[in-house]
Amino acid sequence: MPTIKLTRPKLDAGENIYFGALFKGFFLTMTHAIKSLRGKSAGAKSLASSGLGVTMQFPEQRWDDHMPEYYRGAPALVTDEQGRERCVSCQLCEFICPPKAIRIIPTEIPSDDKWAKVEKRPLEFDIDMIRCIYCGMCEEVCPEQAIYLRKDYLISGTSRAEMVHDKKKLYEIGGTRVGLVNKWNELK
Amino acid sequence: MPEILIDLAIIIFKIVFFTFLVVLPLVPLSVYFERRFSAIIQDRVGPNRVGIPLTLFGAKKDFHFFGLIQPIADGLKLFLKEDFTPDHVRKAFFWLAPALTVVPALITVCVIPFGPDVTLFGRTEKLVIADIDVGPLFVFAISSLTVYGITIAGWASNSKFPFIGGVRSTAQMISYEICLGLSVIPVLLFYGDLNLNHIVEQQAANGWLLLPFWTDGHFSLPSLQTALFLIPAIIAFFIFTISIFAETNRMPFDLPECETELVGGYHTEYSSMKFAMFFMGEYAAMVIGSALIVTLFLGGWSAGFTLDQHISNFSIGDFKIGGFIHVGIFLTKLLVFINFFILVRWTVPRFRYDQLMKLGWVIFFEAALINVFLAALIIAAPQMAGAIIPIGAVLLIVVTAAIIWVAKVSEPPAKILRA
Repeated sequence: MPTIKLTRPKLDAGENIYFGALFKGFFLTMTHAIKSLRGKSAGAKSLASSGLGVTMQFPEQRWDDHMPEYYRGAPALVTDEQGRERCVSCQLCEFICPPKAIRIIPTEIPSDDKWAKVEKRPLEFDIDMIRCIYCGMCEEVCPEQAIYLRKDYLISGTSRAEMVHDKKKLYEIGGTRVGLVNKWNELK
Repeated sequence: MPEILIDLAIIIFKIVFFTFLVVLPLVPLSVYFERRFSAIIQDRVGPNRVGIPLTLFGAKKDFHFFGLIQPIADGLKLFLKEDFTPDHVRKAFFWLAPALTVVPALITVCVIPFGPDVTLFGRTEKLVIADIDVGPLFVFAISSLTVYGITIAGWASNSKFPFIGGVRSTAQMISYEICLGLSVIPVLLFYGDLNLNHIVEQQAANGWLLLPFWTDGHFSLPSLQTALFLIPAIIAFFIFTISIFAETNRMPFDLPECETELVGGYHTEYSSMKFAMFFMGEYAAMVIGSALIVTLFLGGWSAGFTLDQHISNFSIGDFKIGGFIHVGIFLTKLLVFINFFILVRWTVPRFRYDQLMKLGWVIFFEAALINVFLAALIIAAPQMAGAIIPIGAVLLIVVTAAIIWVAKVSEPPAKILRA
């Protein structure tokens, strides 16, 4: 590599008197501040700002209405349109969960039940929301399309016991989901 | 009641009122403005939520009060934090240093004129705590004591970075004190008086130093001498303002205390109340500096433009309280200047230390010195014989050219930087 010799660029008289650049700078900063006060800063629209700069002020404005499709919120179990709880307690999500937030105790479905073909369902299904990292691996790995990550993120509680979502709570926030693959139905 | 007791009571009341109820609350207020204005410049919002918790009293919603309660929250936090003294410091000086920083800044409040005379209960009172005849000298002398506070803080912390920060800050403050003093001399020459109260009264009557467009209650264009004097006045204004920035360790001269350079500089090892005192000292110095600039160059409490007599004569019955309206005008100008400090902080990048020193010793010192002679020439011109004026002007130009040539020649040659 040939050596290139550089010298510091020489400033002419106008640049040496710093005041010109200073006043241009003041003008720039002041116009920026005035634009921000009027709510017209660059990017205010796309960041859904509250009217002062580009900040969205939290409790009054939220992202909830225009959350992206791929947002990962709290996990929940879903029920079928036929009323079956989708989870078969295969425990795949329990094994893949990185912080081990899921705890499942499987149990048998008695043979005189309508869905005896499925054979297993969870007796207890706990997700410790303090441990959950909202990674979405449980949703990815589930073979039964039973666990989904919803869009709510404001999970808070006043005790550790309160922050553990049990089976009832999980089905409650999951609700019913239509359009899933029904592989346990009788063959037509 | 003996007269002396009433006088004493009034003086104590003035001290308490102006120092602790006007200037000291201005410190957290300027912190609030700093955070809010900085945020607005940066497209953010700044603190706007700390308000009056009306829900505690049963109302439905808190009133946010535009975040103006934030300074009280800040003060409370600093007050209640643990005041930790590390083991490795030199205890006596460690405790002394914050006091030496904040006390001189607050003492200088006593010569700032806040307003003209007010008449209450038959007594006419001046709205300045100490109407002494050496105003600016007092301010410069007392605020130089701040240098001791910072030096001792840096040394007593017994640690590398605070020490470097303290030494740098000391050198910077001492360097800029010279141009601070020199740049004020043209103003004092023009008014012939060092009494700040008289300077402001003259500015109220005959036009501010930088806007001399009225005399004795009616608009008029300035005389030739006053118009010519605008040149050294504007140069003095710039040098003085920039030196005040350097004195208070404020951007772009905040190398000794900015976070990317030296963690916290000389106040790294200080926590809670001692840090709060450094903080207060810095912002109080900023407030006093702004007050000085406003007093000397922009008319102090005067509203200008022939309005002052009318405002001063405003009275409710026997109480001539126009003076308090003037206090409001003074505080408004002060706040404008404080916002200017904040604007400069986010506009100008920091100076390197050698650039800073060069500015103080080579550029401003010479400029302030030549400014003094120029101002003297303009003021003395009417009294001098006809031939001396052009001789003086030519001499001044020759001396200026000589100084510029010396400065240029003694610059180190441009080094070749390696690629």
